Amino acid sequence: MSIWGNTAVVGAWEHPTRFAPHMTPFQIHAESARGALADAGLTIRDVDGFFTSGVGPIGLLSLCQHLDLRPDHVDSTSIGGSSFVSHCLHAAAAIAAGLCKVALVTYGSTAASERFAVGTAGLVMGEPPDQFEAPFGPTVVGSYAMVAQRHMHEYGTTGAELAEIAVTMRRHAGLNPHAKYREPITVEDVLASRVISSPLHLLDCCVISDGGGALVLTSAERARDLARRPVLILGGAEAVRHLGVGRHDLLDIAARQCGPLALARAGVRHDDIDCCMVYDSYTITVLVTLEALGFCKPGEGGAFCAGGRIGLGGALPVNTDGGGLSSNHPGMRGIFLVIEAVRQLRGDGGQAQVADAKLALVHGTGGMLGQRHSGVTMILGGVR
Amino acid sequence: MTDARPYKKPLPRVDEESRGYWEALARHELYFQRCRDCGMARFYPRAVCPSCLSSATEWVRASGRGTVYSFTVTQQNQTAGFREELPYVLAMVELEEGPRLVTNVIGCTPGDVRIGMRVEIVFEDVTAEITLPKFRPA
Repeated sequence: MSIWGNTAVVGAWEHPTRFAPHMTPFQIHAESARGALADAGLTIRDVDGFFTSGVGPIGLLSLCQHLDLRPDHVDSTSIGGSSFVSHCLHAAAAIAAGLCKVALVTYGSTAASERFAVGTAGLVMGEPPDQFEAPFGPTVVGSYAMVAQRHMHEYGTTGAELAEIAVTMRRHAGLNPHAKYREPITVEDVLASRVISSPLHLLDCCVISDGGGALVLTSAERARDLARRPVLILGGAEAVRHLGVGRHDLLDIAARQCGPLALARAGVRHDDIDCCMVYDSYTITVLVTLEALGFCKPGEGGAFCAGGRIGLGGALPVNTDGGGLSSNHPGMRGIFLVIEAVRQLRGDGGQAQVADAKLALVHGTGGMLGQRHSGVTMILGGVR
Repeated sequence: MTDARPYKKPLPRVDEESRGYWEALARHELYFQRCRDCGMARFYPRAVCPSCLSSATEWVRASGRGTVYSFTVTQQNQTAGFREELPYVLAMVELEEGPRLVTNVIGCTPGDVRIGMRVEIVFEDVTAEITLPKFRPA
C-alpha cells in the first residue's frame, strides 16, 4: 500500500498550558495523549505504535512505562524540533507497511518553568564536530543569526523585513486565546527590542514556554469510522544539512531538498497550498524556509513576507496560531505545526480559519540552521 | 604577565581523529586535510574522506589568511566564560585555501566586523595543551 493518501491524522490535541511549574514533562505527554485519543474517539489500548522525542537517549522506554504502553512498533527519531513531523511520516510509513495500526505521537516539556535558556544556553561538548565550534561560544540563536547576516549580505534583506514576520505572527497570536503573547507589536517594537545575537533582536526570537501535544494516526480506511474528519498525509520528505567539509553555503538549507520532494510525492504544486505551518524559531527561519521550499526565489523572501502576505487574508497564511514567535515554544515545536495544520484542514480554525483550506504544507526545522540541521516537509489534505 | 584566572570556556575534547590538528595549533600552525586519492580538501579533520571514503590523507598547512564569511555579535550566552565576555563576535572565516571554520574575530570593536573583511589568524594559547585559532582584521 502506498504511504501517500492512505494514512491520516485522526486525533490532534495541543496542551493549553504555557507555564506549568506544577507539572512534569511526562504528565504533559500523558495529558496530551488523553486529549488526542479522545479527539480521535480511540483509547490508549488501541495504540500499537508509539513515537516521541526530547525525552533522553532511551527515554521512549521510560515514557512507555509511564503510559504502560506495550507497542508493536516504536520510533524515537531525534533530529531536533522537527522530530515530531518526522514521526508523522514514519508513522504513516509504518501504518502503510502494516507494522502498526494506531500510532500515537506525544510531546511534553517544561522548558520555561525549568528556566532553560533554549537559544542562549551555549553548546555542550558532545559530538565530535563540537570540539571545533563550542570553544568559540556558539549559541542556537547565534547559528541562525549567521544565516540572517549572510542573507542580508547577499540579498540586502533588512531587519525591518524580518521584523514584519514577527508582527504577523503576533497578529495571529491575538486570535489564539492560549498564545503566550497576544498584544500587537509593530516593526518599530521589534527593531527597538534588545539585540540577542546580531542581527536578531529579542522579538525576532521565539518565546520559551512549557507545553506539549499529541497526534493519533491510522489508515485512511479505518479513519472513515472514527470521530473526526480525517486529515490525509499526502506526501513528505526529510533532509539534513551541515557544514560538511567546510564549503557549505549557509543559505542552502534542508528545505531546499525535502520541500520540492514532498510536493512531488503529494502530486501538488505551490499554488495549490492554502496555508503553511513553518517552524519559526526565529524570523529568519521563516524567510529562508519559504524561499527554500520554493514559494519564492532566493532573495525574495523579504518581499514575499511583506505587506501581510503571510498573514491571515494574505496570499499564503503562515502559522495561524501565532507560531513559536508568539504562541508557544517549549524547545521542540514540530508537533504544533501539525496540530495547527489539522485544525485548519478540519475547519476548526475559528477566527483564525483560512477560508476553504484544503491543503496545508508543514515544514519543521531541527537543530541549528547555520550548523547542523534537519528539515522535514509534510503535505496534509483535508477531507470534506 | 600570566593570567591567573582559570579558563572557564568549553575546551575541545581532543580525539584520535583530531589530535594532529590540535597538536599543530599548539605549535602555532593551522592545518586542514586533503584526500590523497580524490584531492578533496576538508575541514574539520577526520580520518576518512567523505567524498571517496579513502583513508589516504595529507595535511596541508594554511596561510592563516582569510575573509569573514558570516558572523554575529553575540550579546547573550549563559555559558560560563562567555557570559563574562559579552559582546563577542562568533564568525565563520573562509581561509584563502577554501575551507571555512567557526571561530571568533577579535582585536577590533565587534560592531566593525563585516562580511568579506580580510582577517589573519591569532593563535590563542588558552591552556598548556590547547591553542585556539582566532582571527583579527588583517
